Amino acid sequence: MSTNNYLFAGFGGQGILFAGKLLAYKGLIDEKQVSWLPSYGPEMRGGTASCSVIVSDTPVGSPIVSNPDTLIVMNLPSLDRYEDAVVPGGTIFMDSTLIERPVKRDDVTVYAVPATRLASENGIPTLANMILMGKVLSVMGEYPSDSVEAALGKVISARHADKLDINRRALQLGAEY
Amino acid sequence: MANKVLMKGNEAIAEAAIIAGCRHYFGYPITPQTEIAAYMAKKMPKIGGTFLQAESEIAAINMVYGVASTGHRVMTSSSSPGISLKSEGLSYLAGADMPAFVVNVQRGGPGLGGIQPSQADYFQSTRGGGHGDYHMIVLAPASVEEMAALTVKGFELADEYRMTSMILADGTIGQMMEPVDLDGLKVNPAPEKPWATVGTDCKRFHNITNSLSLVPTELEQQNFDRYKKYDVIKEKEVMYEEYMMDDAEICIVAFGIASRVSKNAINEARKKGIKVGLIRPITLWPFPEKVLHDTVGKCHTYISVEMSMGQMIEDVKLSTECRGKYVLCNRAGGMIPSPEQVLAAIEEANKGGAK
Repeated sequence: MSTNNYLFAGFGGQGILFAGKLLAYKGLIDEKQVSWLPSYGPEMRGGTASCSVIVSDTPVGSPIVSNPDTLIVMNLPSLDRYEDAVVPGGTIFMDSTLIERPVKRDDVTVYAVPATRLASENGIPTLANMILMGKVLSVMGEYPSDSVEAALGKVISARHADKLDINRRALQLGAEY
Repeated sequence: MANKVLMKGNEAIAEAAIIAGCRHYFGYPITPQTEIAAYMAKKMPKIGGTFLQAESEIAAINMVYGVASTGHRVMTSSSSPGISLKSEGLSYLAGADMPAFVVNVQRGGPGLGGIQPSQADYFQSTRGGGHGDYHMIVLAPASVEEMAALTVKGFELADEYRMTSMILADGTIGQMMEPVDLDGLKVNPAPEKPWATVGTDCKRFHNITNSLSLVPTELEQQNFDRYKKYDVIKEKEVMYEEYMMDDAEICIVAFGIASRVSKNAINEARKKGIKVGLIRPITLWPFPEKVLHDTVGKCHTYISVEMSMGQMIEDVKLSTECRGKYVLCNRAGGMIPSPEQVLAAIEEANKGGAK
């Protein structure tokens, strides 16, 4: 029986909420209990965005993740704000293009992926979030997997089906990094 | 599992309302419930329904009154300041005994307040909100699944008792996504409504829906009759959940998102051997008085966990005749209590023990 608490954070517009949704849908498809809770506020593009995702074998109590076991951060203010909140032994995934400082904690595992640079070099500048997610999923041992593929089909609506391939490519880039 | 989809609480309300047969939505946007209006704007035109963004909340609630008079299932939704504006209409709906479904996804107040989640409209909704002697049936969902299920229930109760039912949610449940099985929702068809103002076909005397009644003896009788109906509702429609109450000596009372935070704290406290449980009112009016009263003598302390300055705690005291110790564990203004805060309150109560 396990409960995994994820916190995603970054700038608005980076696809933080979208990345969280992918993980929540994957959990649903894996027949886990899941919740997805966005921060909401009078914010605009360039402001801060975060979301709590819980994937559990048992019913989810509070959907608010204050102390994540996995933190996925895409900008420096988010690392500054949430680094200390990660539980000892937890994991931090970060976009090292936009976060130039190392993680200070020595009791967590860190995966630094230059997601924004990779995205830009590969002509998919808006998909740094999915590159980072590729790393998250591969570390989880869940990439490639049927449930990730099925979750992609859920979070990318039929109207945007033409975007499926570049999202798959972004996940692949991150997984292989 | 195959039929479960991830949905925001607000969207689940909108879709469940459509499933319940609601084809008329009137509203005015306000955070954190605007997804309801957005969903209706998208869906209603495709299924022959009405979505209308009114010029104000007051206009919207009076449009609800109009449709309710015709017997069709109708709703509006808003958040705290908007519900205050609708309160005149809620009173008129009560005076005319019209069935309506209203959603309040609460935010911090008073005044325009903020946009973060709150439960500070407890008094307003459980005591009526507008002027005069009346109640609304108040439903408090704690999950997205319940947002959908209680929406259907809300329409059914409104029709059955010819009164307003209200979902009292908060920004967290409105904004969060959880799995929901909409195909599993069962809807009872609307009952016959011989009172509806739908034309007489020259076959009967015309119906009138009105809340004006100038003869005091008649108005008094209407109030008496309405309160007889309320007694039936108190007898038949109370809903609540009990969690680990079997051997509980400390009773947490919490609804909505506060109840979920409380469950986390209870699980931790149980690991430490503290006998604590939760009574979660699902109907805030009628309040689960009896189940609370039954705990008198078994529980020495009641902890009311609320996102307000302490409103429901009064009903907890009334239901248990002030025969325990009472602790308010709260945050306000858009803040949510943490499991640690609730656990600390439990441990403190446990130290105190019985009187």
